[in-house]
Amino acid sequence: MNFATISLGYLRARSLNTILNIALLALGIATITLLLLVTHQLEERMQRDARGIDLVAGAKGSPLQVILSAIYHLDVPTGNIPLKQAQEIARHRAVKKTIPLALGDSYKGFRIVGTNHDYIAHYGAQPASGRLWQKPMEAVIGAEVAQRTGLAAGGTFTGAHGIAEAGSGHEEAPYAVVGVLAPSGSVLDRLVLTSVESVWAVHEEHQGADARQHMGEEDREITALLIQYATPLAVAILPRYINNNSAMQAASPAYETARLFNIIGVGVDVLRGFALVLILSAGLSVFIALYNALNERRYDLAVMRTLGASRGKLMRLMLFEGLLLALVGAVVGIVLGHVLTEALGGMLKAAQQVAVTGWIWVPAELWLIALALGVGVVSALLPAWRAYRTDIARTLAQG
Amino acid sequence: MFAVKNLRHAYNGQDVLRVESWQAEQGAHWLLLGSSGSGKTTLLHILAGILKPTAGSVAIAGQDLGALTAAGLDRFRGQHVGIVLQQLHLIASLTVADNLLLAQYLAALPQDRSRVREVLASLDLADKGDAWPHELSHGQAQRVAVARAVINRPQLLLADEPTSNLDDARCGQALDLLESQARACNATLVIATHDQRTRARISNHYAIQGAA
Repeated sequence: MNFATISLGYLRARSLNTILNIALLALGIATITLLLLVTHQLEERMQRDARGIDLVAGAKGSPLQVILSAIYHLDVPTGNIPLKQAQEIARHRAVKKTIPLALGDSYKGFRIVGTNHDYIAHYGAQPASGRLWQKPMEAVIGAEVAQRTGLAAGGTFTGAHGIAEAGSGHEEAPYAVVGVLAPSGSVLDRLVLTSVESVWAVHEEHQGADARQHMGEEDREITALLIQYATPLAVAILPRYINNNSAMQAASPAYETARLFNIIGVGVDVLRGFALVLILSAGLSVFIALYNALNERRYDLAVMRTLGASRGKLMRLMLFEGLLLALVGAVVGIVLGHVLTEALGGMLKAAQQVAVTGWIWVPAELWLIALALGVGVVSALLPAWRAYRTDIARTLAQG
Repeated sequence: MFAVKNLRHAYNGQDVLRVESWQAEQGAHWLLLGSSGSGKTTLLHILAGILKPTAGSVAIAGQDLGALTAAGLDRFRGQHVGIVLQQLHLIASLTVADNLLLAQYLAALPQDRSRVREVLASLDLADKGDAWPHELSHGQAQRVAVARAVINRPQLLLADEPTSNLDDARCGQALDLLESQARACNATLVIATHDQRTRARISNHYAIQGAA
């Protein structure tokens, strides 16, 4: 016999009400947990993919689209840029390192990226089996591509136009898979990587012999150039240099992703407000339940006093009951939030979008538990005070 | 034993109870007689220490109740006074055994399940430990209320109108029960009643005088 036995007895006695209170609180907490987990992972993922990339040079168009297509591979490119101009940028003294990207085709929804070995080194990825490409038409595939398509080193495949799953194909120019990358938790997991020359070769093949003759070194194109600054001062020079002196535009990953999160943030704020309303109504519901319970229980409280309980003990008993409800609601809510996030992650995975898992822990969840317990204590405060004030002799004299 | 001296209780400025002097030996059985509304329950509450008299002193087993702090009085009541209320007021959300454990817990005494079984057995309730209060007959519920009052071996056992609404046979059984349980822990027994049938059973009578 202790506070828990007594409180559980009362909670069981009005179980429907108890379930309602726990459900209200749990739904609010679960919604906030889901938002916390998803935004945390998206931000972390986007930051990781953009780390070390200070600027992206791409064809003119939406700068956000340049970032989404060249860094996250979530959108179609704005167009192509002349290789010559890209090489001029690479030689600029404010530039430390550049990585070329040639996009355009995909295999079963996974994008084929023509690039060089620096791109793999940039994300610290290693081949899990096989080796990196050495000559045109050799390809290395990301871990998720290997897992979902069943391709392995030694296999072959042909690319399709665009990033949609069904595009017209390049059957005449098959790629040979020479390696599979180990999972790196970066965008590479979802890419098929090859040399820039392979992408050129596939498209020249496609356009026929005529085009091949016309396609001199002068006319070579790539899609985007990832740039790392040599000095922080480059931020003042390089974007203006690119925007003024070429048919290209410069897009900043930091700025564009911040802008993107601002746009998403409105929706997140609305959901978070909705969840807080749920939590507050749960608090109100707990308050009403305890307050009503006080009337039903006034004889019980009086009897407990005759059995030796002090006023303070009855007050603590009511507070404990509010806390118990809040704690159960918070725990159920957080578990539910993680399960929902994992389910959402499964759906996103099926759509080959960003990987989201429910099995991580964010420190902010501790604040969520504290918030729930706070709501529990506050809603039990007035009932607890009334329990403290109960006049036992008068209550017992009434019946 | 208990001793009441020069006791006066006023409600809304009007005296509702006066007791010049009433003393009982430890283990004695008393009837507290008076018509309804005469202040029997008020005096019982004062003896139990759940109501503070306007004036006068109450000592139970040598302890002056007026000298205790509020929390000290609560603890003293839990450990030394057992009360059987007229409306039994068992805690409906706890089982019979838990109702008895609750009395030990709230009195800050060790929780002793063998004592619970022993008391239930002595009241012919051995198989009712896991029952819920709403599953009991009135007679069983009253015995549970008695069990809860004596579980802590009180020195003073109080009962408020335990025989009202009982037929003659059950009236006798209820009194037997209270007397035997009081004897078992050598408690002083006070039964507040206006039931004439009880007069013959217990010889010590204290008749309350209306204060008016």
